[in-house]
Amino acid sequence: MLDLKGYGPALMEGAIVTIELAFLSLALSVALGLIGASAKLSQSRVAKGIATTYTTLIRGVPDLVMMLLFYYGGQVAVNMLSDYIWEAYEIDFFFQFDPFISGVVTIGLIFGAYMTETFRGAFLAVEKGQIEAARAYGFTRLHTFRRIMLPQMLRHALPGLGNNWQVLLKTTALVSIIGLTDMVRVAEEAAKAERMPFHFFIPVAAVYLALTAGSELFIKWLDKRANVGVVQGS
Amino acid sequence: MADQAPLICRDIHKTFDQLEVLKGISLETRKGDVVSLIGSSGSGKSTFLRCINLLETPTSGDIIVHGDPIRFTTNRKGERIPADNKQVERIRAKLSMVFQSFNLWSHMTVLENIIEAPTHVLKVPKKEAIERAEAYLNKVGIYERKDYYPAQMSGGQQQRAAIARALAMEPEVMLFDEPTSALDPELVGEVLKVMQSLAEEGRTMIVVTHEMAFARDVSSQVLFLHQGVIEEQGTPEKVFDHPDSERMKQFLTPNF
Repeated sequence: MLDLKGYGPALMEGAIVTIELAFLSLALSVALGLIGASAKLSQSRVAKGIATTYTTLIRGVPDLVMMLLFYYGGQVAVNMLSDYIWEAYEIDFFFQFDPFISGVVTIGLIFGAYMTETFRGAFLAVEKGQIEAARAYGFTRLHTFRRIMLPQMLRHALPGLGNNWQVLLKTTALVSIIGLTDMVRVAEEAAKAERMPFHFFIPVAAVYLALTAGSELFIKWLDKRANVGVVQGS
Repeated sequence: MADQAPLICRDIHKTFDQLEVLKGISLETRKGDVVSLIGSSGSGKSTFLRCINLLETPTSGDIIVHGDPIRFTTNRKGERIPADNKQVERIRAKLSMVFQSFNLWSHMTVLENIIEAPTHVLKVPKKEAIERAEAYLNKVGIYERKDYYPAQMSGGQQQRAAIARALAMEPEVMLFDEPTSALDPELVGEVLKVMQSLAEEGRTMIVVTHEMAFARDVSSQVLFLHQGVIEEQGTPEKVFDHPDSERMKQFLTPNF
């Protein structure tokens, strides 16, 4: 049996942190992606400009740099803001930048940019006639979006979405840098203390692999459901 | 009270950028009219049809659906746009359209396609909408396909499903945009037969078509469009047998 030298429970907790982080970041990035794609496809020049700046900026800067910037920079910004508020209004306003929250926000923001591109392409892939039929039958914009655009877009978005999700899941390992005790961090400490890198990093790798393999199956199943009504080429 | 005209179009113009596609088209229908719009490609007949339900906004001219004139305004760029989206949605619900490429929603079964607009736009209770849908599916002869997805059916079946979808709205006017042009020749007949039976029931229909036999035998009014104007207009006998316009004569002459 695998002997984790008493680090087992800590690793377990770390794994749960990793999973929570990944799912919360995914939710944030999907929300940002939908907003970003809608903005990029909207008529408004301002919305387009903001969305384009966002994706260009995020996709051009390394994830690690972004994370450090948010975590350390974010705290400094909060400190400055809190000083200013205290001096101006004598209101005591302060919060500690939580590494978990910063992790979710950073990863969510980064992958929101990738999701924006994925969703934009998927929206554009929806046949024009499908939307035209909805308009011709008196659907409101919202109803067209909810009942026609969204389900049809999903079919085109799923492959990209699955890809982004796997990369996102692996990116969560970076949060150990900003002091979040995820499973990578725990393994690193244990490996150093016990001088047994294989002993601790291989189980961690196995957990990531299990998560990605599991999600691959899930995405395949989703894909099958989303493609209902589409005749597949052989 | 006399029956109100289901649809009146007055002096419809449509310009895309610099190109004037419609140069003043007018049309008045009575209940039960079957109007065929014929003409070569690019004559503006499909654009005119799409102006009626505002898939295109006419550059000028009036559209009156069952006594309700569509209100327009101009946007900041000086383009004409509908003034009231709610009105547009209400009017579109009275004008069902059948498209050349069917445009059935591909992620829904045939039955779901047919009940979608009645339940969500007209707020018909679901149970009633299903009963209605099944009756119309029977009518177009594809009841047994109700749980199929569009991609699992032939073009003719898809178009008949699309006609059932249009019927389920119980519209004032049905708009057909070249309903048989995307079909294999052997499937055209089954769709035309359904359309003929609708005409016989007294439904008001406006049909953009290349099927001259249909235009001649089924319609009450034929409009021949050429370069954005009505070149010839009248009963099928008048348009097909005694046309005044040279263009119409040319159009009818087979040129092999």
